Amino acid sequence: MRIALLGNPNTGKSSVFNMLTGLRQQIGNFPGITVDKKFGVFSIEKEEHTLIDFPGTYSIYPRSKDEQVVYDVLSNPNHADYPDLVIVVADESNLERNLFLFTQIYDLKIPSILVLNMADIARKKGKIVDIEKLQKRFEGSVVVETTARVGLGKDRLIQAIQLNISKKEYETFQLKAHLCEVEDLKGQEHEANERYILIRELIEEIEVEKNQKKESQSNRLDRILVHPIFGYLIFAGILLLIFQFIFAFATYPMDFIDSVFANFSGWLGNTLPEGLFSDLLSQGIVPGIGGVVVFIPQIALLFFFISILEESGYLARVVFIMDRLMRPLGLSGKSVVPLMSSVACAIPGVMATRTISDWKERMITILVAPLMSCSARIPVYTLLIALVIPNEKVLGFINLQGLVLFGLYSLGLISALVIAAILKLLINSKEKGFLLLELPSYKTPRWGNVGITVWEKVKVFTLNAGKIILAISIVLWAMATFGPSDKMEQAAKATKIEAESLNLGKEEKDRLVASAKLEQSYIGILGKTIEPVIQPLGYDWKIGISLITSFAAREVFVGSLATIYAVQEDGGSNKRLIERLRDEKRSDGKPVYNLASGVSLMIFYVFAMQCMATLAVVKRETKSWKWPLIQMGFMATLAYVGAWIAFHILS
Amino acid sequence: MSKSLSSIIPGQLVKVSFIKDSALKPKLMEMGLIIGKELRVLFKAPFGDPIAIDVHGYVLSLRLDEASLIEVEDFK
Repeated sequence: MRIALLGNPNTGKSSVFNMLTGLRQQIGNFPGITVDKKFGVFSIEKEEHTLIDFPGTYSIYPRSKDEQVVYDVLSNPNHADYPDLVIVVADESNLERNLFLFTQIYDLKIPSILVLNMADIARKKGKIVDIEKLQKRFEGSVVVETTARVGLGKDRLIQAIQLNISKKEYETFQLKAHLCEVEDLKGQEHEANERYILIRELIEEIEVEKNQKKESQSNRLDRILVHPIFGYLIFAGILLLIFQFIFAFATYPMDFIDSVFANFSGWLGNTLPEGLFSDLLSQGIVPGIGGVVVFIPQIALLFFFISILEESGYLARVVFIMDRLMRPLGLSGKSVVPLMSSVACAIPGVMATRTISDWKERMITILVAPLMSCSARIPVYTLLIALVIPNEKVLGFINLQGLVLFGLYSLGLISALVIAAILKLLINSKEKGFLLLELPSYKTPRWGNVGITVWEKVKVFTLNAGKIILAISIVLWAMATFGPSDKMEQAAKATKIEAESLNLGKEEKDRLVASAKLEQSYIGILGKTIEPVIQPLGYDWKIGISLITSFAAREVFVGSLATIYAVQEDGGSNKRLIERLRDEKRSDGKPVYNLASGVSLMIFYVFAMQCMATLAVVKRETKSWKWPLIQMGFMATLAYVGAWIAFHILS
Repeated sequence: MSKSLSSIIPGQLVKVSFIKDSALKPKLMEMGLIIGKELRVLFKAPFGDPIAIDVHGYVLSLRLDEASLIEVEDFK
């Protein structure tokens, strides 16, 4: 059976989804649109059922692009995803508003199950529903009570599915009910009014309301969490804690993954018979995969924290207190989470903008998100800082290198906000932004749900970024391996002879040969071609090569430099590479890597859109190449101008 | 006397009397803001915007721009 899962936001719909399907869930697409279709397969007594999770909505009429799919599917029995059964999840403690969506679906005469979820919270709030009466009123449907967060009521729900409801001969809830057109706002208003009057009457009958406590716990917590001073202090504290965790703890698994992949590709290179295939595997594919996997710890940790905050209900308060501050910049309170995510990686950040209902606010958030310094920039920053910034103390206690790193992150953040404010003036939109957001009551997060969210985000990142980073790694490998005519071979031979005369070890010899070949390869030629363009920034063609290769992912910059300068990579410290770079002289005898060119490079990496995977995701989310191209354009301009200014001030 | 929801101070109990025409009107109604509905303004965000209201059973936050679409009168 094809079963659709619908419900208002914050009703524990995903808990019900997880309860039924567990980890057996997949992401697909609804035909023709980009909204992710989350579905899972589960079986009851050997019969397989597909459960499709629809976006949370308050009504079947769409109020945002994401919600359109609900109307499209339910209004069209010929739709490929038209369900045999609809499970509507409702918050029992707030039945009035939840019944609105349910009665709309009930009136469409699609077989349905009404799940009264969060029964525990309803009890706490002193709201008790007479389920028998409710069942009697909706005789064409089955009413079930659950507390899906803790897995209560699963048996009842499964039994209800087994009943195989297909009874269509029942009286609709709203007499003379008919489905309005999407554009017929007046009709929808009329329907809403009538429906709520009927629901109100029904609620009077079925709800046994005890005395409500004067001030709920949520309300008391809100007094502190949205407080003009404590509210921001607490949020800042939480942010600090999260990033402390990410940067302090994620480095261990990241270093481990790094060394595993480095060792593995080294082992492959030594073990496989020499040849193109071995090179492709050990220098193209394996490091390419490694470049994706290495970011998983940070992304997993970040989403672990974000989903805890979301599950607890706190995230909605962050939106609430940040909205007014973000609005003058053309952003909304809902932009905070995407921008936060972008500090780990812009890909999940851009995807998290889907919750922003206003088109313009969402576009601006997407466009500026990659300006937040992501984790792929860290290896570049640390190398360059160690290279050109002296390890000194400022004012006796502040580490200068740390200060510069902090400065780079701040530069990213500030430029994101400034650019947002400029884009606000440039982007035209007829739509008027709005923020109608439910502040759910505070709950203890369920670890199962948190785990599943983390798993999903990691999967989405790995698949999206993985494909592209891997493909580009292979292309770049090919460009670095092949060159026009036989120049490469000649250079290799010449270097080999030279190296032999110097009596070098095999490894060192190989590295010199690799470096010589790279210079003659297509990528080497490309590096030299762009040299005139990047010279004003203080870079030479060798840096040019690294700039091009780091289009796969920014951290490739470091590995590229190591290959070009024929230095063995030594993991995190880069000691040998730094020594080698310090010795590098220009034709006039001055060092290539000095304060001016080093800072210029750092600034370049703060701004430049050196990430094909992000561009691809932006294209997918905005459904055109226009926005990613604009984004790449303004970021490249910022990078070039910023780097140029830095170079000329400092030299 | 009817006044805009955006001008109500926290703690006050009011009743929806009228919703101005706008593209947002059906959405507001679907969220439960229909004529006659009792609301209590709970608290405001640090700069007075957005505000949070209790719509009989759940807490809804909305910007002052949206709140000004909703006319309310004192609850008796």
